[in-house]
Amino acid sequence: MTAEHVLIAVALIAGLAGGYLFARSRWRGRRSERPQAIHQILLPFTGTAISRRSLDAALRLAHAEDATLMPAYLATVPKQLPLDCSIPAEAAKAMPMLEAIEQRATAQGVNIDSRIERGRSYRHALARLLDRERFDRVVVPATAEVGAGFSGDDLVWLLEKAPAEVLILRPAPGDNLFVTTTGSSHTKRRSGTRETQ
Amino acid sequence: MAAGVGKTYRMLQEGHAEQEAGRDVAIGYMEPHKRPETSVLAEGLETVPRRRVTYRDTDLEEMDLPALLARAPELALIDELAHTNAPGAEHEKRYEDVRDVLAAGIDVFSTVNVQHLESLNDQVAELTGTRVRETIPDAVLGKADEVVLIDLTPEALVQRLRAGKVYPGESIEAALRNFFTVENLLALREVALRQVAHEVEAKRLVIEEPLGTREERVAAEVPKAIGERLLALVRPQPSSQRLVRRAWRSAQRLGTGLDLLWVKPPGQPIEGEVERQVTALRHLASVLGATFLIEESDSLVDGAAQVVRERGITYIMVGESEQPRGLARLREPLPQRLMRATPAGVDVRIVAHRGFKDREAE
Repeated sequence: MTAEHVLIAVALIAGLAGGYLFARSRWRGRRSERPQAIHQILLPFTGTAISRRSLDAALRLAHAEDATLMPAYLATVPKQLPLDCSIPAEAAKAMPMLEAIEQRATAQGVNIDSRIERGRSYRHALARLLDRERFDRVVVPATAEVGAGFSGDDLVWLLEKAPAEVLILRPAPGDNLFVTTTGSSHTKRRSGTRETQ
Repeated sequence: MAAGVGKTYRMLQEGHAEQEAGRDVAIGYMEPHKRPETSVLAEGLETVPRRRVTYRDTDLEEMDLPALLARAPELALIDELAHTNAPGAEHEKRYEDVRDVLAAGIDVFSTVNVQHLESLNDQVAELTGTRVRETIPDAVLGKADEVVLIDLTPEALVQRLRAGKVYPGESIEAALRNFFTVENLLALREVALRQVAHEVEAKRLVIEEPLGTREERVAAEVPKAIGERLLALVRPQPSSQRLVRRAWRSAQRLGTGLDLLWVKPPGQPIEGEVERQVTALRHLASVLGATFLIEESDSLVDGAAQVVRERGITYIMVGESEQPRGLARLREPLPQRLMRATPAGVDVRIVAHRGFKDREAE
């Protein structure tokens, strides 16, 4: 084997290695830019607090299934305003909540794709979200507190309408911790009635 | 405001929204005025059949109040609040029927033209030269939980009229000559807007804080006077949502507008997951009152710089880039390139990507 052959072999190896590294870096770059495949868990919520148990359950599921969590803040629009109007006051409530949820999700390595949906009522907003988005599972907390989130009727409606698995979390005696807008992952004790089924 | 603006249509839309939201909705009375699109919209909503009343050998159709009360929906849609019932009905006026319906615990959505308000009747007659005989006391409107103005520009209404969407063909020209002149409609529109503003004002429970000293008022106006405008550079990815949230909060603090810009590589199709994310960004922009722009360019910096110049942007927010690899490490970072390409005085702020930090920590 002459020196020329050695040089050709080295050049070939260097070329192949360079090509491989270049292709890998391109592929990695594209992979990081590529949006996640549709495999999503919807977590609809209302108001400025969300049950930490339901959030944790949704995060655990998303982590286990390598799914994206879609927390969706449901906002109501008064009838004197068009349904597609901007809602800065509601958005101001939603933003810190979504931030807090995202912080917890990121800490657990779960991808987040959040939404704010408008409707004439919470159920109407949820119906619009069901029309607009695709997901595989819905996690929703049941509550015994009047006016706090989804009623029994809402949950029955969701079971009938949602084109996905619906996971309704039954309120538990110790379920009094909430992720709130007072801080990124703060919790608060909420006094009042608790479901003890 | 006036016939043809879409009151019945909007009432039916709201009825559908309520029904979709799980409420038991029924149409107590609807007047489609031979408008097919209105009739189509009524499909899917239960209608309580009208009753026939014979008056002076003429068959008339009226709302069947007893049947509606017996049906007892959660929400009744009752058109033409100012209508006068045929003799023999329970009440002389429909708004009196509505009182009974409300007293039975049934919510009501109804419609009325502004000229039918008693207090405005003279004013409208003077402005338009036409007096309507069917009126309702102002107190009826005052008791409504919500008053929704169906607004339409006079030009648009005249166009609807000409297109035969309000009255059938033979009546169009007469309507245009008499009541539906642009001047009349302008006057009606103004009266309607004033009336609704008055209603809203009367219902306001929260009294605004006093404006404070002159210095405080000036200080509050300073950001607006400077004319800040924010631009957030987004990509159709979920991670852009955080950037938008940050940008919106900054815009709120500065009391200024927000634009979201995606510089799209030429020829890149908006389909599949990209389309979904673009829709999500567009939707978020609409919720926040921001403007979502898509600029096609080979270069992110050039595309952004063009929008900055066109829209008078003073502040750009960008997301944190991933650690560059290979030859890209030698490239000047994006914020510096943006600052060089944009007019002097444009600030650039980088919003940290939470995911990158966690990845580094791992």
